[in-house]
Amino acid sequence: MPRGAPESSNPALLERQAVQKRDFPAAIGSCPVAKKRDFTTLYRGREGQWSWVAHRVTGLAIILFLFAHIVDTAVIGWGPDAYDRVMSVYENWPVRLLELFLVAMVVYHAINGVRIMIIDFWPKASDRQRQLFWGSMVVYVAMMIPAAIIMGREVLRLL
Amino acid sequence: MAVETEAKPPAPKPRRAILSYGARERPAGGLEFWSWLFMRASAIVLLFLVVGHVLIMHLPAGGVGRIDFQFVAARWDSPVWRTWDWMMLSLGLLHGINGLRVLTLDYVRRPGWRVALNLVFGILGFTLFILGTVIVVTFNTANFAQ
Repeated sequence: MPRGAPESSNPALLERQAVQKRDFPAAIGSCPVAKKRDFTTLYRGREGQWSWVAHRVTGLAIILFLFAHIVDTAVIGWGPDAYDRVMSVYENWPVRLLELFLVAMVVYHAINGVRIMIIDFWPKASDRQRQLFWGSMVVYVAMMIPAAIIMGREVLRLL
Repeated sequence: MAVETEAKPPAPKPRRAILSYGARERPAGGLEFWSWLFMRASAIVLLFLVVGHVLIMHLPAGGVGRIDFQFVAARWDSPVWRTWDWMMLSLGLLHGINGLRVLTLDYVRRPGWRVALNLVFGILGFTLFILGTVIVVTFNTANFAQ
């Protein structure tokens, strides 16, 4: 058993070990075949899986917020007293912090959605999917920095 | 004696392993394909509507802090904003509820539970759609004149 490669049921690792045993028998034991990615999650983790998980989590959070947001906006049909009372909920910092998280999730869902559509409608883009992911993260951070500053100021003001 | 004159059917085109880093694989056809396409079409529209909504409502001049009855009444004076908000309402609900349906396909294994949950989502979405539509269409400041 080569150094750095414990007993594994990971098919990718087993396959690589078998190939190495067949093609480079002399190399067995002299170099580790295990790579870090052999020991990650079921779907091998990395950018593709985590962006997909985050897309689901943010999507779920956004639709749950939307349910509440439709109701709170609809209260305007019951007049200024009712509506202004509902809106006064926002005059406190924990809610404004949640609002910043909401914007962060919406912007992520939007940017990642664009990345998904680029890959869907322009299949060649999947050859550069990792760069595309990190590129979209740069756009995300660039959009979130001003938003976090502007909304963060409001959080601090209400603190 | 039969002679093989017919050409063999062409071998299926090798499919590139695309979409493995996108979201779902593109469904071959039927309702699932239209659902897949709708998610993308509505996403493009929502991208502009929602980003615009965040830029207008959440960022400038104190963000949501400045939004009150008067603010919304002034905004809804214009049919453009009423249409904007109604489109966000309907597309957002359809996109979100279809997203929930896709989640149930993955995480709710029992068909009975899946149907029941989707029924709840559907009824909830329909109710909120009616509520939002009624308010955004019938809202009239004159009803609340002092």
